[in-house]
Amino acid sequence: MSDFQFTPSPDGREEILRIEGLTKLFGGLRAVNNFSLQLHRGDLNGLIGPNGAGKTTVFNMITGVYTPTTGSIQFRGQEITGLEPFQINQMGIARTFQNIRLFPNLTVLDNVRIAYHPHAGYNLLDGIFRNERFQVKEKELTERAQEFLSVFGLEDRQGEIAKNLPYGEQRRLEIARALAAEPKLLLLDEPAAGMNPAETVALMDLIHFIRERFNLTILLIEHQMRVVMGICEYITVMDFGEVIARGTPAEIQANPRVVEAYLGPGAAALSEKFRRKKTV
Amino acid sequence: MFKKIDRSSLLFLGGALAFFIVVQALISLNVLTAFWNTILRIGGVMAIVSIGLNLIYGFNGQFSLGQWGFYAIGAYSAADITYRWTNNASTDGLIVLLLIVLLVGTSILLLYRLLSRIRGLDALSAFTVYLLAAIGLSVASVQLGRVIAPPVNGLLQALPPDVATTIVFILAVLIGGLLAAEVSFLFGLPVLTLGSDYFGIATLGFTIIVKVLLDNSDTLLGFTEMKGARGMIGIPKVTSWFWVMFFLVLVLVITRNLIHSSTGRAIISVREDEIAAKAMGIDVGYFKTLTFVLGSLFAGLAGGLYAHVNGFLHPDTFNFIKSFDPMIIVVFGGLGSITGTVFASFAWALVLEGFLRLLLPSGFETWRFVVYPLLLLIMMLLKPNGLFGNFEMPYLRQILPPLRKKTSQPQSEGITVKEANV
Repeated sequence: MSDFQFTPSPDGREEILRIEGLTKLFGGLRAVNNFSLQLHRGDLNGLIGPNGAGKTTVFNMITGVYTPTTGSIQFRGQEITGLEPFQINQMGIARTFQNIRLFPNLTVLDNVRIAYHPHAGYNLLDGIFRNERFQVKEKELTERAQEFLSVFGLEDRQGEIAKNLPYGEQRRLEIARALAAEPKLLLLDEPAAGMNPAETVALMDLIHFIRERFNLTILLIEHQMRVVMGICEYITVMDFGEVIARGTPAEIQANPRVVEAYLGPGAAALSEKFRRKKTV
Repeated sequence: MFKKIDRSSLLFLGGALAFFIVVQALISLNVLTAFWNTILRIGGVMAIVSIGLNLIYGFNGQFSLGQWGFYAIGAYSAADITYRWTNNASTDGLIVLLLIVLLVGTSILLLYRLLSRIRGLDALSAFTVYLLAAIGLSVASVQLGRVIAPPVNGLLQALPPDVATTIVFILAVLIGGLLAAEVSFLFGLPVLTLGSDYFGIATLGFTIIVKVLLDNSDTLLGFTEMKGARGMIGIPKVTSWFWVMFFLVLVLVITRNLIHSSTGRAIISVREDEIAAKAMGIDVGYFKTLTFVLGSLFAGLAGGLYAHVNGFLHPDTFNFIKSFDPMIIVVFGGLGSITGTVFASFAWALVLEGFLRLLLPSGFETWRFVVYPLLLLIMMLLKPNGLFGNFEMPYLRQILPPLRKKTSQPQSEGITVKEANV
């Protein structure tokens, strides 16, 4: 799949992300090999693959945690490889983490307000002297943070310490915090991990909802096939650091290479047999 | 044009004023002896150092043992300025250090803007640039100071001696603080890239270096008036209870306003989760440096005040063993609790130097170093979160903004997230 073709969006949407020939070596291990991906504004794409396929490594390279060995990542036409994670975030890429990473001892409100810091609009001295600028901007920022909390149904929880929230609410808070940074592109790393079926359904609705409301482009990693097949419009499958398949959920489900990557060699033939039986 | 001052601020400022007046009255009426007066002033000075450390360790999560080194820098530089003024009637120390502090400070601010634009600049090369600039400007300041000092000298001589000494003293304390802050910036640049434990060891190294330099200040550094390991005498004893309280309240107000601003939240986020902070657009390196510099500024201020309490400085006071004192105070009072730090500082001074010294039978005074660790041990077992834990007095507490009105609930077609919640 290395002969990936970059194409303009058929309906003329802006290109948000273009990853070309991305490779990451950890010593002798080729964690990601020649990975390419293209996202247009408003896309909701999935990145799947068995454990250790290199999905999170791709996320870490996009967000600047790792520097790619070779390859380029362009965000809205700008090269972002080599930038610091905070700079990439300020350009408009936000993420959540596989294992939730909130600021555990801070209040729910402060978790969101911290993400607002780059947009705070006042500096250190304004804060120390508590001048007019501080009063106005701090009020504005607090209100926006509360608005986010209310969108996510967390407004009554603003004073609660983040680590005391139930698991589902922590996940929602993490997404709220990522969105407070006002991103164009949102990367979700296994958002449904550890959620029960009801919470998973709610999460899927939430992802749809935020895409519309905040005009987002979303790339998500997920192991729960229900989520991936249910909401993603386009899916990229990785195995051993390489892309083995791309396509719509239906195409991916029918792809023998994907089935074998998940279930082992020979599984594709077996599943084909079952499918025929079902249809007969 | 003045806005209404809220109740907690009024309570805090009123309380501080009342505390100041009561103690001052007791001092003036000779109810408090010079011994207790000194102990109270030391307590206040210790509170300023410890608030600085609480910023670095309690709020930013960087385990630093360098606080004592910056305290020493503040003490000796301030002492040198006032010593030269009172004993030699010369302002060359004041003018030269003032120039150094101003020029180096400005160059650091300018260079920081310039260098932060360079993509992928490593800390060590940045450090080299800053260091060369600092050395160059310091040499220039010494030359320039020789020219400016005589006219300023004449100007200050014309003032009444008390007023002139007070002006020199205030400037000396501020210069001591700024000098400590600038040294901490240069030192922190390469060292703050280290992880927390390694950072602790590196800062311990800094405190030891400062102590050794002070031991040899008359020979190695060439400041004969500091008298090296024999101890510096002849510093005017001008740190009154008023100045201690003045700087303590100033530091408290600055700290409180800082912590409850967006900058403060960014500082705390670094302690909470560095990786998440980076992913949320927080420049972790900048906030570590900022907190370290601010904490050291407070240490330097406190050092300047301390130098003028007893009028005597000795390198042994700045031994690295003593650098654990502010650390103990911060943990004892409760990490991240400013109230706790202030309380613990006064308690530390009153108990260790005051009551224990008086209560223990004569000849057993040194046993206070046995009783005091025991008290610490018991305390840590009973209250591991420190005396105050997360408690803050109302003035220092974060005020939770009121909830928004429900009417502004955003309307969206199709699903709303509230329905989607389980």
